[in-house]
Amino acid sequence: MDFEEYAAKENVLAPVGIPIPRGRVCTTPQEAAAIVQECGPSVLKAQVPVGKRGKAGGIKLANDAAAAAIAAQQILALEIGGYNVERLLVERRAPIARELYAAVLTDFAARRPLVLFSTEGGMDIEEIAAERPDAIRRALVDPRAGFDVAQANALLDGLDLGAAAQQVADILVRLYRAYRECEAELVEINPLAVLTDGSVVALDCKFTLDDSAAARQAVLAAAAAQPKMTALERRGAEHGLKFIQLDGNVGLLANGAGLTMTTMDVIDHFGGRPANFLEIGGEAYTKAEVALDLVLSNPGVKSLVVNFCGAFARTDVMADGVVRAWESLKPTLPAFFSIHGTGAAEAVALVRERLGIECYDLMEDAVKAAVEAAT
Amino acid sequence: MIYRAGQTVLVQGITGKQGTFWAEKMIAAGTKLAGGVNPKRAGETHLGLPVFGSAVDAVRQVHCDIAVIFIPPGMARDAVFDAIEAGIGTIVVLTEHIPARDVIDIHARLRDSTSRMIGPNTAGIVTPGEGFIGIMPGDNPNVFKPGHVGVISRSGSLGTLICLNLTRAGLGQSAFIGIGGDPMIGTTTRDALEALDRDERTRAVALIGEIGGAMEEQAAEYARRMRKPIVSFIAGRSSPPGKKMGHAGAIVTEGGGSYESKRRALESVGVRVVDTPNELATYLANLPAEQAA
Repeated sequence: MDFEEYAAKENVLAPVGIPIPRGRVCTTPQEAAAIVQECGPSVLKAQVPVGKRGKAGGIKLANDAAAAAIAAQQILALEIGGYNVERLLVERRAPIARELYAAVLTDFAARRPLVLFSTEGGMDIEEIAAERPDAIRRALVDPRAGFDVAQANALLDGLDLGAAAQQVADILVRLYRAYRECEAELVEINPLAVLTDGSVVALDCKFTLDDSAAARQAVLAAAAAQPKMTALERRGAEHGLKFIQLDGNVGLLANGAGLTMTTMDVIDHFGGRPANFLEIGGEAYTKAEVALDLVLSNPGVKSLVVNFCGAFARTDVMADGVVRAWESLKPTLPAFFSIHGTGAAEAVALVRERLGIECYDLMEDAVKAAVEAAT
Repeated sequence: MIYRAGQTVLVQGITGKQGTFWAEKMIAAGTKLAGGVNPKRAGETHLGLPVFGSAVDAVRQVHCDIAVIFIPPGMARDAVFDAIEAGIGTIVVLTEHIPARDVIDIHARLRDSTSRMIGPNTAGIVTPGEGFIGIMPGDNPNVFKPGHVGVISRSGSLGTLICLNLTRAGLGQSAFIGIGGDPMIGTTTRDALEALDRDERTRAVALIGEIGGAMEEQAAEYARRMRKPIVSFIAGRSSPPGKKMGHAGAIVTEGGGSYESKRRALESVGVRVVDTPNELATYLANLPAEQAA
């Protein structure tokens, strides 16, 4: 789950005591003007959970209330990365001496937290990595030992941070704490600015919450950005189904991420275009009825493939859901089934009796027939 | 990571609905269960097996080679800690959606232990004719039969389909190793490939990969020195670009992860990569006699 900058600063950085600029989030030019009136020369930033906001015109400076109102109006009219800008963060501007980079993230290959630091802040980390790979310091963390000031100092050793070194080390320790306590997949401060008065402040923050931790981080998760979804995708999410609407002609229903991806691949292989991704594996296998409804509601769908291979998921339960959805929706499009594994004998019989459809032995043959029927 | 007849299994969460259902299936397939764990029902008997308060208690009274975890995500970490503390050699973690912080903590403890974890989010392991551990149709003769193809899969459903295709083509399996769909798993594709290389019964390997991570690329490095034929199917070729991690995430994966990267890595070391699942069985069925599985 991604967070907008203001939500990351308020909910992740502030609680661990990492300094952030004075400012507030707002939704109208009038509010933006009032904040600038109060804080002085400021920066106005579009709040969307995507990068490259500056290049899209989503970050503007304003020195007084009148300029703030105009800038806010312009930013609020933007669409950035598919998101309509609905909120602005207005923050007091201060002269910057230097821009640094700091992040803590999960290194999936190492199966440990990774602390990253660079004195080349302000640009994307990929650019730093490409242009000056030596400028990135990395420290893998043993979660039992944690990450303390001594380790932070070791990571920063030899970097010319001057008087800011102690503050930066302290911020790294706090950032690791935020990563652990907030169950981040990634928490990144870029830039971490050294101001001309010597203080160190997080000017931007990117935070991604581990999806699997959302349930026990319910308060934090409530502050996450609303993901971009189509109406059908939102309906799927409301039922706990991960439905991705695609621009294809063959609708598909399969169980498990691996088999679902495979079904899409085979549709593609035979020259069709998958119309959706929809996972009803694991505990979701009991939701076949609502799942089929979603697949058939997608306007581009010309034919349907149902491909079940039960391991944990019982194909008889899934087939029962499909049959019930089919009987209530009464679709007219051609459908092609392949069902194997746990409960398959009952499932195949059910589909034959109630829908009058004979299952294919090979999923390849079912998919091929569906692709031909769709074109 | 290959189940052998006679190895004893402790089922953590045996009294739950899924634990009960699958324990019965495991027994039916020949798996030897040592007992189960439920702290609230210690001392009771379930499915004719003793229920212990913890894995640590269990190993004081019965021998356990393998633990299998049927515990919901919020409590799975402590169940794995318990199995590690009990010194159980192999811990099969079926649970999906364990928070990453807990998985990281599990890996930290595993490093200082002699235990190996399979999973999380694995469908389990199957040795046809000997037994199985997990949530696979290990007792279904249409899916599994004893033979010489070793199968590695992240996914339970796709792994089941591949085994079914192999069985239909007359090819039995020496072992099915479900490594799990999570991003931080204890036993990697490469680990499983090494085990199948060492396994005398295995004559050929079906390697089922998926986009994401760099495990197939790492397995390819090992495959280079293997003599046994390997055929691979990688799922996700047509998937839309999924949820991307932040910028910083991209640099730690260092280029791996895409379908093309995996296919190239495997083909460059002589692994045959096929386009649909059933081609995998067809390819193995048509190998020349000296390589036949």
